[in-house]
Amino acid sequence: MDEIFHIVIAKYNYWAALVLLFIGLYGMIAKNNLMKKIIGMVIFQTAILLFFVSIGVKRGATVPIIEYTADHQPLLEAAAYANPLPHVLILTAIVVGVATLGVALAIIQKIQRVHGTIEEDEILAEMRQ
Amino acid sequence: MIDQAPILIIIIPLVAALLLTLTGSLGDRWAYGLLIAALAASLGCALAALAAVLDGNQAVHYRLADWPPPLGIELVIDHLSGVVLVLIAGCALLTAIYSRHPASQDNPDRLNLYYALFALLVTGLLGMTATGDVFNLYVLLEISALSSYGLLARGRGPAYYATFKYLIVGTIGACFYLLGVGYLYIMTGTLNMAELAEILSRPELQESVSVRIGFTLIILGVWIKMALFPLHAWLPNAYSKAGTTTACLIAPLMTKVSVYIMLRMMFTVFSADYIFNRIAWSELVIYLASTAAVVGMLTAFAQRDLRKMLGYIIVAEIGYLAGGAWLATEAGFTGAVYHLLADGLMTLCLFMVVGAIIYRTGLTTAAAMRHIFQRMPVTAVVFLVGAASIIGLPPTCGFFSKFYLIQGAVQAGAWVFVAALLISSLLAALIFFRLLEVAFFGRFDEAAGAAPGAGGHGAAGPVAVAEAPWSMLLPMVLTAIAVLGLGLYTNEVVTYFIRWSVPAGF
Repeated sequence: MDEIFHIVIAKYNYWAALVLLFIGLYGMIAKNNLMKKIIGMVIFQTAILLFFVSIGVKRGATVPIIEYTADHQPLLEAAAYANPLPHVLILTAIVVGVATLGVALAIIQKIQRVHGTIEEDEILAEMRQ
Repeated sequence: MIDQAPILIIIIPLVAALLLTLTGSLGDRWAYGLLIAALAASLGCALAALAAVLDGNQAVHYRLADWPPPLGIELVIDHLSGVVLVLIAGCALLTAIYSRHPASQDNPDRLNLYYALFALLVTGLLGMTATGDVFNLYVLLEISALSSYGLLARGRGPAYYATFKYLIVGTIGACFYLLGVGYLYIMTGTLNMAELAEILSRPELQESVSVRIGFTLIILGVWIKMALFPLHAWLPNAYSKAGTTTACLIAPLMTKVSVYIMLRMMFTVFSADYIFNRIAWSELVIYLASTAAVVGMLTAFAQRDLRKMLGYIIVAEIGYLAGGAWLATEAGFTGAVYHLLADGLMTLCLFMVVGAIIYRTGLTTAAAMRHIFQRMPVTAVVFLVGAASIIGLPPTCGFFSKFYLIQGAVQAGAWVFVAALLISSLLAALIFFRLLEVAFFGRFDEAAGAAPGAGGHGAAGPVAVAEAPWSMLLPMVLTAIAVLGLGLYTNEVVTYFIRWSVPAGF
């Protein structure tokens, strides 16, 4: 029991990311509406972003800007600050995600103009003719 | 100046892409000239960097903004990445020269924006090859992927849906890669490839399940990107609907750079020992690769559309590459790296030929091959060179890559892969001889008087020569010469470049 507790509760951030990841993957693969596929894609990406952000957290740590103690000495202790690197990486990944979303929406708009629908089965039926 | 060559390779096309978005009012000629100038400069820098590598016979490390490696991003040019950089810059330059007529035909308005995406795609590909940082690689991967979505979507009508599917699949691939990088970062605390390799070689991490999952996710992501069977379905659709120039740029390069990333991940970040003794997927991957080689060629044989046919041929070639890399023999690795170069050139060659035929005839089916030897003699000769290379006839480079791959497979005892390579070559021969039959049948047809309903061009007298314009012919001929040259200088290429990049542990 104790082991299960450790696996599920103590690492809840990983489980949250995993659940979101599969919701997103399901949406991208199983949904028929192209907009819903895109929504799945965003959930999928967000899951990975959350995963990265959560690994920078340390218990009792503060923002990664150097603190000064009462006698004006800089507090140079890695354990006192959250790890900023994953957050910086994710800032870049968010930009990538937004760009992908923008391109995807533009393509959906074009599909709607050419095929008159954004339902996958209807597009396939039209292309087969 | 020469010290700055590694970064200039990437910066020049990037700046050109930004400038190209501003040159709309100057006219298409300016955009064309600017693109060619930028790619030529980038190729020059790639050659200079490669020369520097050969000079000292060791990797050239370039620190961005002079930050030392664990803190800053590092570019690493070694024998492998140097050759691949030259291949990318060279193919891109040839495609840029080739693009003058077909690109303006496919993009009647705002050609400069098309060229901006072109330059951005090349930036991404060059950056992925040169970088020594796994997260930087992800960002450049997405830069090239995003610009390729834009380029592919500028094809005609049905291209949008094919591009959309590619976008979904490509995003899944890139996200798997990113997630895998996250796992490795948690376990090691670094993103620099050299440092990752050092930390991952510690015994406690060799056993770690998290590292194993990280590797699995990265490799899965890369396999999706390189369209390894059975993850290949997106490729032929996306490539066959693309504009002519887009297909010439993306088809030879995107999948090859993904293969390069696979090699980097397997042998630079992880080690041959870890891959073959701990992960030990060799047997599975060789079965997948063998299936890809046979099924890809079989499906190509069933296609009537020329570009779809080439798309499935790429799927088969990716099988050769993946198989060669996972054979765990020196000859297999040599074959995979050599085939990476050879396949880039021969795919470019064939896509250019098909593009020229489509440009002149407007047909995309095999029927467009009729009278090809009379109508477009130079194009036809280039086609013969490319086809001979795909089949694997000497002295083209395709023969030597198959020679090394089969040698490696025999040493590894992978008889399935040997059989797959031979069957696949036989099928390739069938595919191209059938096209030649279509090409020559026209002449017999003409002599006997027109057979009714036998295709577009009737037998109204001798067929006029209607060769493609010189801006298309020149790069085609140069590519054909490169295919032959790489074959003739196989020994030199293997001795000076590939042997140096063979990882330890075989």
